[in-house]
Amino acid sequence: MEAALAPNSITFDTELYDGSNRFEDYNREIPANDEEENADAMDNEVARKLASYTAPRSLLNEMPRGGDDDESTGFPKSQKIIDREDEYRRRRLNQVISPERHDAFANGDKTPKPETRSYADIMREAALKREKEETLKVIARRKKEEEENKAAGKEKEREREQQPQAQPSQKRRNRWDQNQEKSDGKKAKTGLDWDMPEDGMSTPGRWDATPTPGRMGDALSRKNRWDETPTPGRTGADSDSTPAGGGATPAGMAWDATPKLSGLATPTPKRQRSRWDETPATMGSATPGATPGGGAAYTPGVTPVGGVELATPTPGAINLRGAITPEQYNLLRWEKDIEDRNRPLTDEELDTMFPQEGYKILEPPASYVPIRTPARKLLATPTPMGTPLYAIPEENRGQQFDVPKEMPGGLPFMKPEDYQYFGALLNEEDEEELSPDEQKERKIMKLLLKVKNGSPPQRKTALRQLTDKARELGAGPLFNRILPLLMQPTLEDQERHLLVKVIDRVLYKLDELVRPYVHKILVVIEPLLIDEDYYARVEGREIISNLSKAAGLATMIAAMRPDIDNIDEYVRNTTARAFSVVASALGIPALLPFLKAVCQSKKSWQARHTGIKIVQQIAILIGCAVLPHLRSLVEIIEHGLNDENQKVRTITALSLAALAEAAAPYGIESFDSVLKPLWKGIRSHRGKVLAAFLKAIGFIIPLMDAIYASYYTKEVMVILIREFQSPDEEMKKIVLKVVKQCVSTEGVEADYIRSDILPEFFRNFWVRRMALDRRNYRQLVDTTVEIANKVGVPDIVGRIVEDLKDESEPYRRMVMETIEKVVANLGASDIDARLEELLIDGILYAFQEQTSDDANVMLNGFGAVVNALGGQRVKPYLPQICGTIKWRLNNKSAKVRQQAADLISRIAVVMKQCQEEQLMGHLGVVLYEYLGEEYPEVLGSILGALKAIVNVIGMTKMTPPIKDLLPRLTPILKNRHEKVQENCIDLVGRIADRGAEFVPAREWMRICFELLEMLKAHKKGIRRATVNTFGYIAKAIGPQDVLATLLNNLKVQERQNRVCTTVAIAIVAETCSPFTVLPALMNEYRVPELNVQNGVLKSLSFLFEYIGEMGKDYIYAVTPLLEDALMDRDLVHRQTAASAVKHMALGVAGLGCEDALVHLLNYVWPNIFETSPHVINAVMEAIEGMRVALGAAVVLNYCLQGLFHPARKVREVYWKIYNSLYIGAQDALVAAYPVLEDEGDMNVYSRPELTMFI
Amino acid sequence: MFFIFNLNGWQASDRFNINSQLEHLQAKYVGTGHADMNRFEWAVNIQRDSYASYVGHYPMLAYFAIAENESIGRERYNFMQKMLLPCGLPPEREDE
Repeated sequence: MEAALAPNSITFDTELYDGSNRFEDYNREIPANDEEENADAMDNEVARKLASYTAPRSLLNEMPRGGDDDESTGFPKSQKIIDREDEYRRRRLNQVISPERHDAFANGDKTPKPETRSYADIMREAALKREKEETLKVIARRKKEEEENKAAGKEKEREREQQPQAQPSQKRRNRWDQNQEKSDGKKAKTGLDWDMPEDGMSTPGRWDATPTPGRMGDALSRKNRWDETPTPGRTGADSDSTPAGGGATPAGMAWDATPKLSGLATPTPKRQRSRWDETPATMGSATPGATPGGGAAYTPGVTPVGGVELATPTPGAINLRGAITPEQYNLLRWEKDIEDRNRPLTDEELDTMFPQEGYKILEPPASYVPIRTPARKLLATPTPMGTPLYAIPEENRGQQFDVPKEMPGGLPFMKPEDYQYFGALLNEEDEEELSPDEQKERKIMKLLLKVKNGSPPQRKTALRQLTDKARELGAGPLFNRILPLLMQPTLEDQERHLLVKVIDRVLYKLDELVRPYVHKILVVIEPLLIDEDYYARVEGREIISNLSKAAGLATMIAAMRPDIDNIDEYVRNTTARAFSVVASALGIPALLPFLKAVCQSKKSWQARHTGIKIVQQIAILIGCAVLPHLRSLVEIIEHGLNDENQKVRTITALSLAALAEAAAPYGIESFDSVLKPLWKGIRSHRGKVLAAFLKAIGFIIPLMDAIYASYYTKEVMVILIREFQSPDEEMKKIVLKVVKQCVSTEGVEADYIRSDILPEFFRNFWVRRMALDRRNYRQLVDTTVEIANKVGVPDIVGRIVEDLKDESEPYRRMVMETIEKVVANLGASDIDARLEELLIDGILYAFQEQTSDDANVMLNGFGAVVNALGGQRVKPYLPQICGTIKWRLNNKSAKVRQQAADLISRIAVVMKQCQEEQLMGHLGVVLYEYLGEEYPEVLGSILGALKAIVNVIGMTKMTPPIKDLLPRLTPILKNRHEKVQENCIDLVGRIADRGAEFVPAREWMRICFELLEMLKAHKKGIRRATVNTFGYIAKAIGPQDVLATLLNNLKVQERQNRVCTTVAIAIVAETCSPFTVLPALMNEYRVPELNVQNGVLKSLSFLFEYIGEMGKDYIYAVTPLLEDALMDRDLVHRQTAASAVKHMALGVAGLGCEDALVHLLNYVWPNIFETSPHVINAVMEAIEGMRVALGAAVVLNYCLQGLFHPARKVREVYWKIYNSLYIGAQDALVAAYPVLEDEGDMNVYSRPELTMFI
Repeated sequence: MFFIFNLNGWQASDRFNINSQLEHLQAKYVGTGHADMNRFEWAVNIQRDSYASYVGHYPMLAYFAIAENESIGRERYNFMQKMLLPCGLPPEREDE
C-alpha cells in the first residue's frame, strides 16, 4: 500500500530540490555559528531517504497528533504555529501586507493613476524609512552623548536632575508615578496618559510595525526605549512597584470600582476581577483587555461593550473600543479555564469527597488573618466571586456564553477567533440586496470559511470552486481575504496548510493577474521559508516558485528589490531566501545581472549583504546544479571579502563555503580568484569573521589537487592551531570541522599531522569539557576518527587509551566511541601487546563502571575491539571477561543484566575462534537458568545470547541439550513483547532448521499452534521468521499435520493472519515438494467459504511463485481449479487467480505448457474491462506473464480485435494492453503485425520486404 | 512523434490510481498508441518499427540484400530513408 502511495506523494519540489533538508539552516544572520546541518552525516542520510518515502501530506496533516504529549501534561498540546515559534520567527507578524502595486505590463505605456503605487513610490518610501531610521539613531546617539557629558559634568546634581533629563519614556513613566503620589485629584490627566499607547500605535514605529491585532504589546515592547510609550502592561508592572500609592489609598479603590460599572453593563458568568488581582505576568504579555467584559468577548458586536462612556477609561476599556483580538480571547478562555479548575472547594464539595466519619472540621487558628493587602493578593488563589455583593444580573438575551452560534446556510463551525474575519457572514442580510461586489466578497468569505473549518468534502468542493472561479472573483478580493487570514496570530498548522493550498491553486488560475499582489503574497509566504516544519518550507518554496512563474522575473524583482536593503534583518533574510527560490524557478542566468548589481551596491551595505546571501541560499537550495554558473557566482561575490563592513565579509565567506560545498568535488578553478583574499584574510581577522573564513577554507580545500591541498593546509594550519585554544564554542566547532576537512584531503601527509597537529589537538580538545556538549562530542569524535584514518590506530588509541579509566563517565564514553570507530575502520593489527593489554583493561573498567548507557556505546565498543583483536589475542583475557559477564548477569539492575547478555552475543564468534567451547557451554547453562527473567528487554537479550551460542557451537554440542532447551522456549513464545518474540522465534527456527531431530514431534506440533499466534505480530521480521519456521518444522515432522493446522487457520477473520498462513502453506509446499500439499490444498477449495477459497488461491499464487519452473508438473492439475476461480462472481477470486496465473506463466515459460496457458488466457481475457484497481492490475500482469510465456504475437492477436473498436472505452483498454505489449516486446511484434490494406496511391501500408523469398 | 495524450475520457477517480500512472508511463515511449489513434498513425509506427527491426538485425539485412541484389550498406540506407515518410503524407482529417 505504502509503495503504491509513494509515487503520488513525491511532490514536484522534492524532486527538484532533492528533498534533502540538510541545507535548511535557520540562522538569523550569521550561519558561521551553525554546524548542525553538517554535524551528523548519518542523520542527513536518513532524513534524505525519509523525505522521499512519506505518506501524502494531507494524510500526515490529518493524523491525530501529539498522542504522547497529551499524556505528559494532561492537556492537549497547542497546535498553533505561534506557540512553537521563537521570537525571531514571530517577527513575521510585524510585517505589513502592503497595498497592491502598479503592474507595468498590464497597463502598457499609460501613466499609472496617481493612487496606484508604482515602483518609484515604493523605493521612495523605503528610502524615507531608512533615512528616518538613520536620523533616529543619530538623535539617540547625540542624546546619549549629551547625557554622558552632562553626567560627567554634574555628577552631584545627577540625582536631582534625573527626571527631567531622562529619556522621554522615563519621563512619562515618572509622570505617572507622580500622579499617583498626588492622588486621585488628577485622574483626568492620568486618563490622558492612558490614551498614549493608542497614539503611539497609530504612527509606524521604527520597526515599521503596524501592530497586527493582538501583537501590539509585543511590537511595542521590542521598540527602542527611545520611542517607548508606556504600554498598559508596562504601566501595570510599574504600578506594582508602588503598591503603597495604589493599593492602600482610596485611589486604588477607585480603580477597582471601574470594572464594576462595566460589570453591570455586561453581566458575565465570569467573576469580575479587579485589575490589581491580575498577575503581573499576564499584564506583561500584552493583554490589557483582560478585565471587563470577559463574556462579551464571545460575541463582539452583539453585546454592547461596557466602559466606553466611563470617565476614566481603564486600560481594558481602551482596548475594548476595538473588537477583541483573537489572542486576547484566547487568553481569556485560558484564564477562565484555569480559574474554574483552581477555585477553592466549597464545604459541600468537601463533604461529598470525604467519608462522613473519621474527619473533623477544624476551626481556623486564631492567628489566621485572611490576606487583604493587594500586593500579596497577587499570589493568593482568586476566589470565584470577586465582587463582595451579589447583584442580580440584568437579563441579556444576546449573550452566547460558551455555545458557538449556529451558522446560517450550512456553513461550518466558526471559532471565536474567526469572527473578526468572517463576522459579516453572521448578518443574515438578504443577499439580493447586496451590490455585486459585496456578493462576491460574501461568496469568497463563505468558501474560505469552508476551506478553513469545514469537513473534508466541504473543503474539497469549496477549494474547487475557488479554483474554478478564481478569475471571475478577481485577484484583489481573493487576496484581500486570504492573506489577512494567514497573518492571524492563532493560526494552526493545518489551517495554514489549507490556506496556502488555496493560494497555490488560485495562483495557477490567475496567472498574470497576480502581478499587483506579488509583494502582498510574499509578505505572507516568505516566513514559511524559515519555518521549522519541513513541509511548510517546501510549501513556501512551491508557492514562490509558482508565483515567479506566473508573475515573471521583472515583476518579482520589482516587488522584492525594496526589501533587499530593508532595515529589518528579518525582512532581508526572508527576501534572500525567496530570491533563491525565484532563481531556481526561473534559472540562475536570468537573475545574474540583477545579483551582480545588488552585490556591488554602493548605497548600503545591507543591499550587498542581502545580495551575497542570495548567492549563498541559491547554493544551498540547488546544490550541484550551481556548477554551470559557479564561476559567475563567485565573481559576483568575491569583492565582498574585502568589504568595509564586517557582516558583508562574513556572509561572503559563508556564501563561498556554501558554493564550495554545493560544487564538491568539482569546480576548484572557479575559486582561484578568492584563494588569496581568503588566506590573507585569516591572518588579519578575528572572531566571527575569522570563523566564517575558516569555514570557507574548510570547504574549498577538499576540492583541490593533492599538491595544492597540502600547501594550503599548511598555510591555514598555523591559524587553526592558534585557534585550538579559542574559548568560543562556535569557533571550536568550526576549527574541528576544518581540521577534519583538511586532514581527509589527499595531499596532507601523515607525518605532518603527527608532528604538527596531534600534540596541540589532543592537548586542547581531548578534555572532559568537550564530552558534555553533544555537538562538540560528535564533531570531536568525527575529526579524531578522520585523523586516525591518516595516521593509523596506535597513534590515536595510544594517546587516549588511558582515558578509558578517567573519572568522568561522559568522557569515557567519548573515548570508547572513538576507539570503537577507529578500530572498526582500521582493524587492530597495529596494536602491540602492551597497548592491547591497556586497551582490554581500560575497556573492562569502562564497561563495568558505566552507570547509564542508552546508546550502547560501551557495548558496541567492547564488541568492536574484541572482534577486531580476534582469535588468539583475546584468549588470555576471556576468563576474565566471562567472569565479569557472569557476575553482571546476576546483577540487581535489569540494564546491567541486559548488557551482559548482549555482550555474550557480540563476542560469541570470537570465543569460538579461541576454542573456548567449554566456557561457552558453561555460559549456555547459566543463560538457560536465567530464562525465568521477568524483564522482557533482558529476556530478549538472554535469548539472543543463547541463539549466538547455539549458532557457533552447533546443535549437538550445545549445553543444555536441545531436548531440554526447546520445551523451555515453548511457553516463552506466548510472550507478547516484540524483542522477546523476535529472539525466541529466531532461536526456535534455528533449532527447527538444524536440530529438529532432538525434539519429539509432539513438541513441534505444540510449537506450531503457538506459532499461529505469532502471525499476528506487528513486526514483519517476526512474521517472516515464523513463516520460515513452519517450513522447517514441516520438513522435520512431515507436512500433513502442519498443513492441517494451517488450513484450519484460513478460516480466521483477521486478514493479516490469513495472508501469513497462505505464505506458510506455500513455504511448506516448497520445502516438502508441492505434491504433498496440493491435494489437500485443492480439496480445501471445496469449502464454500470466501475466505478459505481465496486463501487457497493465494497459497497457489505464492506456491507457483516459489517453485518457479517446477510448476510445469503441476499446471495441468490446478488448471480446472483456476478455471473455476476465473469465472467466479467474486472479484477477489478472479484477482487472486489472475495473479496465480501470472506466476505460473512466468515459471513455465519455454517449458512446453502453451496449451494450458492459452486455455487459461481465454479465461483471463474477459476480465480486462474490470475497473477495480487491484483486479485490473492483477489481470494486466497475468497478460504480461502470458506475453513472456506464449510470445507477443499470440497476445497481439487477442489485442487486434479491439484496437479500433467503435466504443472509446473499449479502445482505451485495448490500446493499454497493446502499449504494454509494445514496450515489453516491440521487436517481436514486427513479424506479427496485421497486413493493412493500402489507401489509394498516397498511403502505402503494405510491407513488401516480409514477402521476399529466396 | 505527434502525440496527444487524452485526459478528457477519464473519470476523476481514475486520475490517481496505479493505472493512470501506467498509461502515463506508456505515453513516454515513442510508438505507443492511444484510443484516438487512426489507421494512418498506427501504420506509420508499424512501418518504422519494421524498418528499425530490419536494420537492427544483421542477418535480416543480409537476407534482403541478397533478395534485392543490393549491397548491405545500400539496403540499410534505403531502409533508413524509407523511415522518413513510410506511408506518404498523412491523409486529410475529416473531423478537423
